[in-house]
Amino acid sequence: MNVFKEIVRGVVKENPTFVLLLGMCPTLATTTSAVNGMGMGFATLFVLAMSNMVISMVKDLIPGKVRIPAFIVIIASFVTMVDLSMAAYLPALHAQLGIFIPLIVVNCIVLGRAEAFASKNGVFASFMDGVGIGLGFTLSLTVLGAVREMLGSKAVFGFKFGTGDGMLIFVLAPGAFLALAYLMVLFNKMKRKYFSN
Amino acid sequence: MAGKESTFKNMVVTLFVITFVASAALGVVYELTKEPIEAAQVAKINNAIKSVVPPFDNNPSAEGYLVAYEKDSLKMYPAKKDGKLVGVAVETYTDKGFAGHISLIVGFLPDGTINDVAIISQHETPGLGDKMEKKKSNFTVQFMGKNPKDFKLMVRKDGGDVDAITASTISSRAFCDAVDRAYNAFMKGGKK
Amino acid sequence: MEYIIIVITAIFVNNVVLSQFLGICPFLGVSSKVETSLGMAGAVTFVMALANLVTYFVFNYILLPLHIGYMQTITFILVIAALVQMVEIILKKVAPALYQALGIFLPLITTNCAVLGIALLAIQKNYNLVESVVFSTATALGFGLALVIFAGLRENLELAEVPREMKGTPIALVTAGILAMAFMGFAGIVK
Repeated sequence: MNVFKEIVRGVVKENPTFVLLLGMCPTLATTTSAVNGMGMGFATLFVLAMSNMVISMVKDLIPGKVRIPAFIVIIASFVTMVDLSMAAYLPALHAQLGIFIPLIVVNCIVLGRAEAFASKNGVFASFMDGVGIGLGFTLSLTVLGAVREMLGSKAVFGFKFGTGDGMLIFVLAPGAFLALAYLMVLFNKMKRKYFSN
Repeated sequence: MAGKESTFKNMVVTLFVITFVASAALGVVYELTKEPIEAAQVAKINNAIKSVVPPFDNNPSAEGYLVAYEKDSLKMYPAKKDGKLVGVAVETYTDKGFAGHISLIVGFLPDGTINDVAIISQHETPGLGDKMEKKKSNFTVQFMGKNPKDFKLMVRKDGGDVDAITASTISSRAFCDAVDRAYNAFMKGGKK
Repeated sequence: MEYIIIVITAIFVNNVVLSQFLGICPFLGVSSKVETSLGMAGAVTFVMALANLVTYFVFNYILLPLHIGYMQTITFILVIAALVQMVEIILKKVAPALYQALGIFLPLITTNCAVLGIALLAIQKNYNLVESVVFSTATALGFGLALVIFAGLRENLELAEVPREMKGTPIALVTAGILAMAFMGFAGIVK
């Protein structure tokens, strides 16, 4: 299977944020800066790829009726692993992302891909699906985070390019909604123009 | 999706096995990360202490003690150099911030003079109350070197000596409340 | 008195959706009609009150004594999943019409980040049992409030002329942003 194509699919055609409209909670909450958005994205990517892989490995051993609880336990385990690892090795980022790290377990993207893809496909394909969608998610969050950081704090990835504060509304709640709305319009416009196939 | 038959036995066994394996794996990760997590937390406190007391050569966070004050207790950390006490860092707070809870750490010299104040956490209004942060304004500089027995810890509007942040009287008042709490607790029960 | 402060803060000042960004998926998904929003709000309130109650006991009487606090995420989400199943079964028997109306959104309460999020937050804030349940119930009411207001706004948006590119989710997001700005006005009402 074409690995590159899978990745493009996860980033463009089935971009979880701008197309599938999944995982909105962390998208709005953790994108106060590009670094935070990227950190959240990668944490989710790890959980997506690993749980997709494991679920695909054990899919034939799980009775249909307990599918969802079984998936939840597997996903929650990887989420807890990410939580503990970040607290140990990336404490500053862990403090910034706070409660949204454990909330990865209810990120509709993860359970959604497990149900829609990993439970029906091979191990490597499921792993790549997780990576592709995870990359799409990471990219969306990083871009949204960068936009909000630039407009709201006159900085990007921590590097300031002006003095004082910018339009503070963008690093606050309303700004998240507004920035996402306009980025969505932009994304869909570009998708229609360059990727109509 | 092809799976095992959903008999009661199969369901129970599968869930049990999955949960068992998951718990075991997590137990391992937990043990591996326990120490780094603690070390990170200690480093965080130490950095906060370092930023508000004079230079020291002991390990203040290991000598922390609680002092009961009003209906609460504050944590204090002694900073020593060559065995002599050079300062005490007091973790304090206030709930009177515009957005609620603010945590500060105040560094006192043994005689009660404020050495410096640092913010641990605040959620005040960006552009207004959040100017209490050192990187956003010089608000905290006025506290340095002042002894609360001559320097009234209230904003000028209330008859005190503190210059409030422009248009952020409430945040400024709350800040004073936290520092005042730290001073009173320190004078009452802090080891000098 | 403490409880009143918790309630007002939870509903208005720190509104779960407009300020803490929890529960956005159902917020954007269910809020196109006021009626379904009310039904959803009711179901969520019930689940959240129960979830905080049960998770309080699980954390303080099972996890802590066994020193396995880190199993919080797994155990809490399983408790919530079980509670939602229970609510589904009960609703089917007691209020079948509502059960039909809510459709797929009912099982989706399990993945509503607000439910798990608030359960975790109550533990973080060291609330006792009563505070925890008051907190989650009030938060759920705030969720319902935001949901119903938003549904009303969206019903009106259907009749407005919206540029083609912004139709659907984008304009809903802009509306949510303005609503969030309005709620920011509540900051500072609790002294």
